Amino acid sequence: MGSGRLYLAVAVGGFRRYATYRVATAAGVFTNTVFGLILVHTYLALWEERPRLGGYDQAQAVTYVWLGQALYSALAVQGGGTEKDLMGRIRTGEIAIDLYRPADLQTWWLASDVGRALFQVLGRGVIPFAVGALFFPTALPGDVTTWAAFLVALLLAVVVSFAIRYLFALSVFWLLDGHGVAQALMVTGVFCSGMVLPLNAFPGALGDVLRALPWAAQLQMPADVLMGEADPLGAYAFQAAWAVALLAAGRLVQSAATRRVVVQGG
Amino acid sequence: MWIRSTMTYRASFAVTVLGNLLLTGLDFVTILLMFSQVDSLGGWTLPEIAFLYGLSVTAFGTADLLLGSMDVLGARIRDGSFDILLVRPAPVLAQVGADRFALRRLGRITQGAVVLGWALTAVDVDWTAPKALLVPVMLVSGAVIFGALFVGGAAFQFLAQDAAEVQNAFTYGGTTLLQYPPTVFGRDLVRGVTFVLPLAFVNWVPASYVLGRPYPLDLPPWAAFAPPLVAAGCAALAGVAWRAGLRSYRSTGS
Repeated sequence: MGSGRLYLAVAVGGFRRYATYRVATAAGVFTNTVFGLILVHTYLALWEERPRLGGYDQAQAVTYVWLGQALYSALAVQGGGTEKDLMGRIRTGEIAIDLYRPADLQTWWLASDVGRALFQVLGRGVIPFAVGALFFPTALPGDVTTWAAFLVALLLAVVVSFAIRYLFALSVFWLLDGHGVAQALMVTGVFCSGMVLPLNAFPGALGDVLRALPWAAQLQMPADVLMGEADPLGAYAFQAAWAVALLAAGRLVQSAATRRVVVQGG
Repeated sequence: MWIRSTMTYRASFAVTVLGNLLLTGLDFVTILLMFSQVDSLGGWTLPEIAFLYGLSVTAFGTADLLLGSMDVLGARIRDGSFDILLVRPAPVLAQVGADRFALRRLGRITQGAVVLGWALTAVDVDWTAPKALLVPVMLVSGAVIFGALFVGGAAFQFLAQDAAEVQNAFTYGGTTLLQYPPTVFGRDLVRGVTFVLPLAFVNWVPASYVLGRPYPLDLPPWAAFAPPLVAAGCAALAGVAWRAGLRSYRSTGS
């Protein structure tokens, strides 16, 4: 079997694994919709006081909220993607079995996470986004090219998101318990991705720093590409640079970890 | 037992409490970020919103500390380990509450109490005896209302076994909603959380009295003192739902 087909199979497996939980998916859709409703109102109140905050008009701010809710689980903004399983396998020692497989560990988990993300976009993203677009004034493009450009930015966002979580997860090789890591992943993800407020609405130097960090590649970039606020090529370059850097860092840490791996559980 | 098991990994526990403090604090950081751009939101000032926030988060944090483990109930029903709780000689509800009791949740209460403390000194209020007495009453009633929500959500999980997230929409969603003034939200939404799911009595209505603001939905003046009654009603309903859920429980048989 060609390695391409192997990783495709892993991705399909990731997709199907998450597709199994239908009730949980429906529950997630409901939760994202409720949070979207709450957030939209607070954003509207904020933009009422400060029109054009961060360069967005009200419709763009609304679009940003619903996009965030739609992509929340696909990008695993607060963690809880395949890195959760990876951390579990490192903790229990099952990772040793993975290391024996004739497949590349990082690519394996990336494929699995891409499959997961694809399901989450379709299963959990579409409905909250449709609800938002139906009941609130949104700023969505009418042409196919912008949507296509958005999909590319979204794919890159998924890769960057994975690369960050992979790095965090590998730290369990040293820490052994993943709770603290999961928390750190949550805090940084929610705050730095612009889930709480669009990154371009952050004040001063804080905003400048956050817009340069890899988390900006996750929600802010795809949103700006979709709403025509960012040049797609510039956005891709930013996202790809972080993806390459983080994946390379992941490889380094991985080889350091596997050289000194102590398998737990005997 | 759960406290001791948590303490086994001391470094991790310290990181988790800190993480919890930071994570729950993010909501307030969001509000601060918003106020770095504006002077008021929905017509309310920062200290006033901090007052709403502190009440909501402290009440929610108390309920979450005692009953927040309810969301693992669905998992226990699915894997069959719920049966173990049924044969133990202790109330099932207390056992579920103690299940995976997470001391790290102290982070949320601490954070909420700090913001509330600051808000109490910063709001421009002519403190009278009823106003001052109402604050602790709000905290207790609010914790009971949120607690009822947790128990009601747990009862719902007997029906929908892996829908713990629906519960999150009401619990976490509810506390997020109450962190902002009612003027921010649509009238129908405010009506819903006043008359259907009476979250408005956790802080919106009584806090309006304390701050001297018009009541949401033009409620009568006595409504500010209704929280204990509302809380008692919620607790009774949640108790009925819990008993009904428990009766309908069929083991997975595995």
